Amino acid sequence: MLAPASEAEMAEAVAAATGPLRVTGGGTRGLGAGGAAAVSTGGLRGVELYEPGALTIVVRAGTPVAEVEEALAAEGQRLPFEPMDHRALTGAEGVPTIGGVVAANASGPRRVQAGACRDSLIGVRFVDGTGTVVKNGGRVMKNVTGFDLVKLMAGSWGTLGVLTEVAFKVLPAPAASATLEIGGLEPGRAVVALSAALGSPYEVSAAAHLTEAGRTLVRIEGFEEQVAYRAERLADLLGRFGAVSVDREGVAATWADVRDAAPLAGRPGDVWRVSVRPTDGPRAWAALGEPPAVIDWGGGLIWALLPEGTDARAALAGLPGHATLVRASAAVRARLGTFHPEAPTLARLAAELRAKFDPRGILNPGLMER
Amino acid sequence: MQMPEPDASILAAKPRVVARLRAALPGDAVIDAPEELRAYECDALTAYTCPPLAVTLPASTDEVSAILRICHDEGVPVVPRGSGTSLAGGALPTADSVILGVARLTEVLETDYADRIIRVQTGRTNLSVTGAVEDEGFFYAPDPSSQLACAIAGNIAMNSGGAHCLKYGVTTNNLLGVTMVLMDGTVVEIGGAHLDAPGYDWLGLICGSEGMLGVVTDATLRILPKPEGARPVLMGFDSSEVAGAAVSDIIKAGVLPVAIEFMDRPCIRATEDFAGAGYPDCEALLIVEVEGSEAEIDHQLGLIKQIARRHDPVDLREAADEDEAARIWKGRKSAFGAMGQIGDYMCLDGTIPVSSLPFVLRRIGEMSAEFGLDVANVFHAGDGNMHPLILFDANTPGQLETCEALGAEILKLCVEAGGCLTGEHGVGVEKRDLMGHQFAPEDMEAQMRVKDVFDPAWLLNPSKVFPLTVSAPRRERRAAAA
Repeated sequence: MLAPASEAEMAEAVAAATGPLRVTGGGTRGLGAGGAAAVSTGGLRGVELYEPGALTIVVRAGTPVAEVEEALAAEGQRLPFEPMDHRALTGAEGVPTIGGVVAANASGPRRVQAGACRDSLIGVRFVDGTGTVVKNGGRVMKNVTGFDLVKLMAGSWGTLGVLTEVAFKVLPAPAASATLEIGGLEPGRAVVALSAALGSPYEVSAAAHLTEAGRTLVRIEGFEEQVAYRAERLADLLGRFGAVSVDREGVAATWADVRDAAPLAGRPGDVWRVSVRPTDGPRAWAALGEPPAVIDWGGGLIWALLPEGTDARAALAGLPGHATLVRASAAVRARLGTFHPEAPTLARLAAELRAKFDPRGILNPGLMER
Repeated sequence: MQMPEPDASILAAKPRVVARLRAALPGDAVIDAPEELRAYECDALTAYTCPPLAVTLPASTDEVSAILRICHDEGVPVVPRGSGTSLAGGALPTADSVILGVARLTEVLETDYADRIIRVQTGRTNLSVTGAVEDEGFFYAPDPSSQLACAIAGNIAMNSGGAHCLKYGVTTNNLLGVTMVLMDGTVVEIGGAHLDAPGYDWLGLICGSEGMLGVVTDATLRILPKPEGARPVLMGFDSSEVAGAAVSDIIKAGVLPVAIEFMDRPCIRATEDFAGAGYPDCEALLIVEVEGSEAEIDHQLGLIKQIARRHDPVDLREAADEDEAARIWKGRKSAFGAMGQIGDYMCLDGTIPVSSLPFVLRRIGEMSAEFGLDVANVFHAGDGNMHPLILFDANTPGQLETCEALGAEILKLCVEAGGCLTGEHGVGVEKRDLMGHQFAPEDMEAQMRVKDVFDPAWLLNPSKVFPLTVSAPRRERRAAAA
């Protein structure tokens, strides 16, 4: 495996490549294009610049996520978008990198409040398929200078370029948090409750439902007094859905499980990630055959465990949204495809864009196409 | 600032182009009389004017598609226009271009409070989006100063911000879906009421693309529940450095105010003369606003005041009631009007890292003296988005040029300090020729490749964003093909 130690070496490696490259970070997201020679960002490591007073951090792409989170925690700050750790689900053993987070646009439960990875991403440097270094955005949080390739790179799975450096807007980590829980709701009723919580002024930072455990969960974060006040008001608001309990101890563990779809880990079957309009969540879940599921984002994100080989997209036909096959055998992947097909015009634009950034077609060839 | 010479063959083809547009659209949707075209000769960057070939005012996505198909077929450049409030000249026409104005697309297509979205046609004004949902306790977060007039179409084109982005983000963070028409007339639907779309982040790419990739006719926007309350505190300091340090300390303390606004002495004086908000006479003033319940506000403002006191403020006052809150905001909100009373001004929009604030303000003061033009500063300090206002007299020969030269130097300074040319207004034509200071040729090449994909003939707003010499090969290829 190639692991260039600098951006310049990365550019040379890509320029010199004579065949397809499998672009990887820590290899934990389980979606790399198999077969090709690997080029890893693992040699590009370290925090380039961190200004807590400006809420900005610039990091080399191969830096382990944990290292970034530690640096931020030391100043009482954090990545706003709560990136998931795919390892529980995929069984991969590598070390997740911050570049991998960006390439997958990995975003956790706080998506409903703080946005996705792409919303916190303010700058990128990458090597395109010709070996040219390109920068876009920068290290300031308000920047409309030129086209926004920063967001384009988020979630592009290494198909447009190899990320070498990424910059984020970060946020203060709150002093306190709480989880409110209602038991015994079916998903339809649960999503109504989650919508009510998200539509309240109490700045709900996560809203999820675990179908098997029948747990409906809402998170609030803030100053101690704030959390106490909001917990009380929300408990009032949600009282009509059932008894509300408030947990202050296990908040981090509860939401790490939601984030990583932990209830579905290590179990036989395929794991799908379905994105729908939040109030369509229960309908989508029913259409999938009421599988074991983690319903996050107030109903808008469904992690579903389906019997091997189930075509979730066929089951969801007619509902706006999309379904990604996150964990499955190679045979199932080959048959169903990993990514949701785009509308023909968008698929054409995607192919043309890709050809512009990677004219030789060497970066993760085939990935994202199906 | 220059614009490309109009294409004589297009000027000559005007009768045919107008006839084709008229055939495709209702009678009053095409304007080509010279006296009526004057209304579209510029946007809010009034220093540059040029009447277009014709103006079209479509009332549906189908009509937008028809206009673009005809112009594509005829090889006529199209300049999309929202409400024409761009300070960067984003909607400045050329004589050989057709303006496509979205002013007639104003419908609310859907509101859904359970999903927390609104879908609107993009000619609708920013403020009226909030107006459509506020009775239900919701609002649309991006709030550019021009929000009474500016259209969502322009907000998307420029990725507009506002005073409250420190907490709520800018347009791109609040946009969930669009219907967009490509230059060849193809209509595409991207995203929707679901939180993320498959494939590449088209929405992220389109937002802020200054009308160069497509014309967005309707948009699905995220709406948020209104906070229980909000209250500002005003603090005065005897130097900009100290005010800058206070901003940094407030952010580091873990409070996330919804807005941190900064004004320097020249701006304070001008607004006092104009609005009489009762601001202290000091070097630098901050307005910090927090949201929440009464108790939450008390708690956060308590922390903020504690931090402020460590920096020896010359004044520190918290709004006791709505009236006082309004008075604190009054001066800030009338700052641009106040400067307009003094004379002509040019409003810059560079962003800098908050840590560079003291250095940049000092350098701006020095440059102001060197160029002999006064500069007042008013800006969103929490996110480093500066708005230096350069005062000049447009009637004194040479002053506009001096002002533009000073503006260019200040923006270069922003880039050197680690920031950028524009934080929320866009590049347009105003900052187009400075792009080379922020981007290497290969950086601009990567951006232009995106336009090559969406608009291979470079017909849509072709003379914006990229320096003319840089975009020339692509634009000339089109002209040669025609």
